[in-house]
Formats: sequence, C-alpha cells, structure tokens
Amino acid sequence: MRTELQALRKYTRRAHPLENVKRWSWIGLRSLLVIGLCFIILYPVLMKISVAFRSQADMYDPTVLWIPKHITLDNFKKAIKTMDYFTAMKNTFLISAGTTLLQAVSCALVAYAFARLRYWGSQFLFLLVIFTIVVPPQTIMIPTYLTYRYFDFFGIARLFGGRGVNLIDTAWPFILSSLLAMGLKNGLYIYIFRQFFRAIPKELEEAAYVDGCGIGKTFFRIILPNAVPAVVTVMLFSFVWQWNDNYYVSLYFNKVKVLSTQLGMITTALHETFGTDPLHVSMIMNTGMLLVMAPLILMYMFAQRYFVESVERTGIVG
Amino acid sequence: MRKRKGSLARKKAWYGVLFSVPWFAGFLFLFFIPLMRSLHYSLSTLKLADGGFVTEFEGPANFRKLLLSHPTFNRTLTESVGNMIVNVPVIIIFSLFAAVLLNQKFKGRVWARAIFFLPVILVSSAIADLESNNFVTGVLQSASGEDGQSQFLQSFELERMLLESGMAKAFVEYITGAVDRIYEIISSSGVQILIFLAGLQSVSPALYEAAKIEGATGYEIFWKITFPLMSPLILTNTIYSIIDSFNNNAMSDLISDTAFRTFEFGLSAAMSWMYFLVIILILLVSGWLISRRVFYYD
Repeated sequence: MRTELQALRKYTRRAHPLENVKRWSWIGLRSLLVIGLCFIILYPVLMKISVAFRSQADMYDPTVLWIPKHITLDNFKKAIKTMDYFTAMKNTFLISAGTTLLQAVSCALVAYAFARLRYWGSQFLFLLVIFTIVVPPQTIMIPTYLTYRYFDFFGIARLFGGRGVNLIDTAWPFILSSLLAMGLKNGLYIYIFRQFFRAIPKELEEAAYVDGCGIGKTFFRIILPNAVPAVVTVMLFSFVWQWNDNYYVSLYFNKVKVLSTQLGMITTALHETFGTDPLHVSMIMNTGMLLVMAPLILMYMFAQRYFVESVERTGIVG
Repeated sequence: MRKRKGSLARKKAWYGVLFSVPWFAGFLFLFFIPLMRSLHYSLSTLKLADGGFVTEFEGPANFRKLLLSHPTFNRTLTESVGNMIVNVPVIIIFSLFAAVLLNQKFKGRVWARAIFFLPVILVSSAIADLESNNFVTGVLQSASGEDGQSQFLQSFELERMLLESGMAKAFVEYITGAVDRIYEIISSSGVQILIFLAGLQSVSPALYEAAKIEGATGYEIFWKITFPLMSPLILTNTIYSIIDSFNNNAMSDLISDTAFRTFEFGLSAAMSWMYFLVIILILLVSGWLISRRVFYYD
C-alpha cells in the first residue's frame, strides 16, 4: 500500500511540475508559521534572560538589543535577597513534591475503583467527580478557609469543650486535601487516570487473579506499572500547577514564604529597598520572574520528551 | 476487610468501596459541606467573634445588594464572561490548527512540540499579573524602534486590508483583536493542543490513504475526515477552556478581595454563587449547542 502510494506521488511529481511548486510552498509556509509561533512563545523568556544580565546603564543604551555590554550578576543578587529566594524555593519544592506524591496515590486509587472495581452507585459518584471539576474553587473559598482556620476534626474538639486548631500557615491543609484527593484540579487527575485504567486490557487483571494475586496486589504490581504514562502526566501536571499556583497558597499561607506569593509582593518590597526608579525596580522584578521559572524550565529540558510522549499516550482524549 | 465467602465480583466491589473512601471523605468534608456552608453564608452576614464566627440569617439581601447597588459587580461579571466568550472560540480554532501543524512530519518536529508545550509549564497567574504592567518590555520595545508593549504584535495593516476588502467591522475587530493577543492565546491553549494532538494520532491512517487514492485534496481531507473525527474533542476542549478561564480573571480577584480585604464574607459568597450559576449556564448552553453537531465514528 505504502509503496504504491509513494510511486503514485513520484509519478504526479514528474508529470505535473505544478504539484512540486505547491508542495514546496506549503513546506515554506509551514516552517514560517512554526518558527514564528515558536518565536512568540520564546520571546518573553529570552527577553528576561537578556535583561537579567544587564547593568542599569545597558537599559538606557539604545545599541544594546539582546546581548548586554556590561554583563553583571547584580540583578540576581538583589532579586534573591528581596525574595528570600532559597527559603521560598525550598518551601515551594516541598509543597509541590509532597502534594504531587499524595495526589497521585489517592487519585489513582479512586480512579481504579471507578474504572474497574464497580459497585452500586459508583457511576453516580463519578458524576460527582465531574461536578467538582465544574465548580469554581472560589465558590467554596470562604468555608475552606474557615475549615482550616478553626480546624475541628469531625467536631471532636468541640465535644471536649475545645475550640479547634488553627492550621493556617502549616502544611496540613495541603497534606489533608491531597490525601483526600481534593487538592488543586484533582478531579481532572481522577478523570485522566480513569480513562487510562479503562483502556488496560481486562485479561491482564484476570491472569493476575488466576495466579493468586489479591486485588490490592494486582493494582500495585500489575496495573500501576502498566499505567506509567498516566502517572507521569498527572505527576508533571500536578507538580507544575502546584508550583505556579497562587490561589491555594495565598489562601492557606499568611507568613510562610513560597515563590508565587513572594513574586506577588516583590514590587512593593523593591520600592522600599531600591528607591523609586521604576526601570531599575522592574529589571529586578524580571529577574525574579526568571528565577521562579528557572527550576521548571530546567526540569522541562530534561523531561520534555517523556512528557510529550506520555501525554499523547495517556488517552486524555476520552 | 472481613474474610467472607463471596464471588470475585463481590470482593471487587468491596475493594472498590475501600479505594474510594479517601476521595469520598474528601468530597464530603472538603467539598460538599463547604459548598452548603457557602450557600448558607451567601444568605447571611458573617461576623468574626471571639474564638470563631457567628452568622445571622438575612435571606437574599446579599444578592439584592450585588445586583442593584454594588459598584463593580455587574460590570466585572459581564466583562469576564464576555472575555471568556470571545477567547474560547479563538483558543479552540488556534489549538486545532497548531495540533494539525505539529502532527505533520517535518524536521525539528520534536523541538517544535517541546516549545509549544512550554506555556503549559510556565503559565502562572502570579507572573501574568506582573507581566501586565511590565515596565522593562515597554522601554525595550520603544528603544528598538517600536512603540510600547502593545506595538510588538500590532496589526494595523491587516485591519486596514480587511476593512477595505469589505468585511464587517465587528468581524475584523474580532480577528485583529485575536492577532494582537496571540501570546495570551498561545499560552492558554497548551493543554488543548495536547488533547487534539492525541486525538489526531488515534485517527486511522487507512482513512487518509483511502481519501488520497480517491483523489481528495488536503483541504477536503481536513474538512471531511479530520474535522468530523475531531468534533468530540472540540466539545471536550470547549468545556476545558471555559473551566480553565476561572483560574485568573477579574471576577475571581474581586471575590477574594471582597472576602479578605474588606471582610464581607457573606457578600463574597453570594458573588461566587452568582458566578457559579452563570458558568453552569454557559457550560450547559455551549455543551448543548456543540453536542448536537458532534460526529461519533462508532
């Protein structure tokens, strides 16, 4: 089939030179589009890198377009100091990594139940998962905040005359919500996992049961290793989204420093320390943004191939 | 679990219940009860008191206040819904186009894909907020002979050309507006491109070959094969894009400001419920409109 088609193509090319022109002009147009769009995507990042290494004099120098004349690490030093970068990065990393692991486990468990371990009412519960995706998180913002502000596990504290514990500014809100599969976009992760588990052939499980595997063991030893693309997708998404998240972090944390809230406050902090020259302040601000992105970009450089492939194979499609 | 004699199916069902317990507890305590509470708060005023808070039931007073006398609510709501309605079709069309482009075989495809998904990694509301009033980019563009941030990708020539060719003014403004916001659109269509790309790769090549042998042009193949087969994904992507637009818009800012700056918890809860109802309405309408035209292969 293939060779026939190729022969056909070769023939048309020889017989109709116009076909050739058409083909090449399409290739030209396509490369133009791809390169142009790639440039638009990369432009802000490249610009930030270029600005980060400049000295102040370079900003006013019209001959400097991309490569600075006086390369300096001054901006980095100032941005790191104002943002308290390393503390904030450590906190952000711990929260992102922790929630990622917990969410992957809890979402995979419930998704497997919805995909394969059906019970009475499980279809309806899956509809409820979809419902949690649809409700904007702002709708339950205040009750969520108050739940953790006066945390009272099933009303136990009140039973003994206590008042409930303040969990704001601790890691507990993140741990609890991701342990119970109710963290950032967890409905989506359950959906992805369920779609993938449903595509795994049933014979695989049946063979495991026949060989004497229990249901729990089958899940951890047979199903999860076969679901690596879905696991990778979900973990990457949840790590990255948690890293960039602004909403939950500012809801649960007042004093604990994490990157996205530090970035939100950087402008005012800079005005206090470095005076009111807006250009200088915004140079340091750019460097700060670059510093927040940098770990993700580094991670992506190593993981991108795996990421793209596994997302494509996840069957996110439905 | 108790050991009992039962069929495998029954055992599986029990394990299913066991596996869903964490999620169900989360749903109940971290979603359903808060949702009901938020409905309760929206109908009352909330006052912080010693060691907790008290609520006073007030009926629909908060809603009445929002609709009739709140200074910014109506405008912000219509604006953010308007933006969503404008952006979603552009995002869908662009991401389908980009996915078709990236699905073709050419040199450097791996690199192009990696770059197209970079926005998925980098999209962050904190950065977007700062970016919107970024002084440096403005200065740099004016230094390199262009005129300010918006000038970077402006399209006056395109606009004039389209207008002179006799197109309707509203339509032209829509297109050029989309061109001007190209970065915003690209950066919010990463996941959608992934979904379309995965869908495109699951289309059987036999269909395309048959079409080519019958003499169909690339244009015809797109509209008669690719587009119908992608239509279920257009529905998925539309719903995803609508939901995704909650993340960072003027409305969500207004809701959290009302709660944590001015401490009007009841008012903020009422706002979020109005917002939620509007979104549900939009989802239902758009889902209904699209699903009537969706084509299912099997």
